[in-house]
Amino acid sequence: MKRSFFSVAVLAFVLAFLYVPIILVVVYGFIPNGISMSFTDARGRFIGFSMKWYAQIFSGHYSVKALMQSFWLSLTIAGLATLISCVIGTTAALALHRWKDRLQSIHHALVYTPLVMPDILIGISLLMLFVAANIECGFWTILVAHVTFCVSYVVMTILARLQDFDDRLVEAAYDLGAGPWYTFFKVELPILMPGIIAGGLLAFTLSIDDVVITSFVNGAGTNTFPTYVSSMTKHSKNLPSVFALSTLMLLFTCALAGLSKFMARAQVPQSKGR
Amino acid sequence: MTENPLRSRKAEWLVTLPSFLWLALFFAIPALIVLAFTFHAHTTNGGVGEWSLSTWRELVDPDYPAIVWNTFRISFEVTFWCIVLALPCAYAIARMNKKWRAIVAGSIMLPFWTSFVVRVFAWKTMLHPDGWLQSCYITWLELREWLFDWLPAVAQRVLVWAGLASAGPVDPATSTILDSDTAVVLVSVYSFLPFAIMPIYTAAEKFDFALLEAARDLGAKSFYAFRKIFVPGIRQGIVSAILMVFIPAIGSYVIPQMLGGTDCVLIGNKIFMRAIQNRNIPHASALATLMAVSVLVPLAVAMWWKSRQDARDRKRVETRAARMTEGGAR
Repeated sequence: MKRSFFSVAVLAFVLAFLYVPIILVVVYGFIPNGISMSFTDARGRFIGFSMKWYAQIFSGHYSVKALMQSFWLSLTIAGLATLISCVIGTTAALALHRWKDRLQSIHHALVYTPLVMPDILIGISLLMLFVAANIECGFWTILVAHVTFCVSYVVMTILARLQDFDDRLVEAAYDLGAGPWYTFFKVELPILMPGIIAGGLLAFTLSIDDVVITSFVNGAGTNTFPTYVSSMTKHSKNLPSVFALSTLMLLFTCALAGLSKFMARAQVPQSKGR
Repeated sequence: MTENPLRSRKAEWLVTLPSFLWLALFFAIPALIVLAFTFHAHTTNGGVGEWSLSTWRELVDPDYPAIVWNTFRISFEVTFWCIVLALPCAYAIARMNKKWRAIVAGSIMLPFWTSFVVRVFAWKTMLHPDGWLQSCYITWLELREWLFDWLPAVAQRVLVWAGLASAGPVDPATSTILDSDTAVVLVSVYSFLPFAIMPIYTAAEKFDFALLEAARDLGAKSFYAFRKIFVPGIRQGIVSAILMVFIPAIGSYVIPQMLGGTDCVLIGNKIFMRAIQNRNIPHASALATLMAVSVLVPLAVAMWWKSRQDARDRKRVETRAARMTEGGAR
């Protein structure tokens, strides 16, 4: 069987292209000189790696205070937005799956259109709403904006899961005398849980990474991690601590992903044994 | 039993309302507000004034056609490079065995675990004028200039007019990759490439590779078979990849702002400038409307094309079935 070396070569090139900046993020976190962003001194001699940016993060140094504040704000907003969009998204997916009438076709259009709109349009239209309603921008407007763009992704993820859902299970529950609430919590929710978790993870990543929409609705002085970083200039002294913090986040997500994989593997023999 | 709870109207409203209200209030109504604001004049204190058509009249400003053209040109360039790179990648991944497929497809999405802004900053540091990427860029410019000199004068003039080439010789001191269109295209391709690879790979995974072998057995060269059999076979994936790249590229504003310098202003930057910096709300709304139209038109074309393709496929199957039953009757 003939293999195409050309396509494999392109793939290798693309993987390198995708990974070089990530590797540099890790490397730049150890840079000794934050102003020139180089590992060498004025005479071009190598001066080694530095741990001071990590030390600053862990000791809560005053120069990284604003950065850490924006980081915790990002985590809070992402957590809350995930929670709210999972609740709304689950009900929406159930409605879209169960009924196919005029109301649901409008509903579907409402859920689907945000997915094909560039982020900037969602950002500006929300800003216009807050301007028209005379609402001051801040924490709550950011949260509302994040829920708005996350919901559609959550709905699509859960709808994909609902395609394999056996509707007769719900009918069987009703026939056996279960009420709608009992059926929802004991039959539908457990089956949909993997879909809800996948949608929630997607929502969390989208929310924590969003800069475009947030920069329209954050108001003065409220910064999430991405808007704080994008407002920094190239020659900001704090740039290496941003890279150090990103390395820590990367390590944390990798550990989390590894753990979930490990737990999924550990659960397989258990369920087989039953 | 009074009523089947699965079909009750009350239950439907109860389940639909949360998301319906949320999206109506925070997505549909804001869109209408944007549209309404375009028909207002702006006030000097950053508010919205009387009803008027002045905003639309101001859009004829000679700056804007250039900005719109710039946005489209850069989005087309980004889409082109993403598809050109994604096709062989998707092909290579789809030909791997199952275990490797999962690993490589996963590692294409892995860069998303680092913040987008931080990755753009890493690029910004890499593209520094003293860096090695800068010298690569100068070589590329010289190569382009050399090719340009070979073209006939008419073609040269068209390229210069379209902004795809500059007339003068390359000056290494002033042509830096940072703060140029090239940096914007490069980093946009970097950011959107995984979104192009994934839909093409999903389509390629379902593709029957025995067809390619058959084509080769019948004497087709590898690339000919790739172009004539593989590409049409996964066209649905290619169309979604184009949309996945083109739409965010049209709306892109962070990358040109951070890497494009003062020359590379796209519609997105202009919207942000008008909305936040000089606080001309009607103007920002008009630009946003313009952008929404430029996204919805290609989307509508893609949907029309898909329905036409589906209809054609259905017809082909039907005629074939009819021919077969005819043959059976004979």
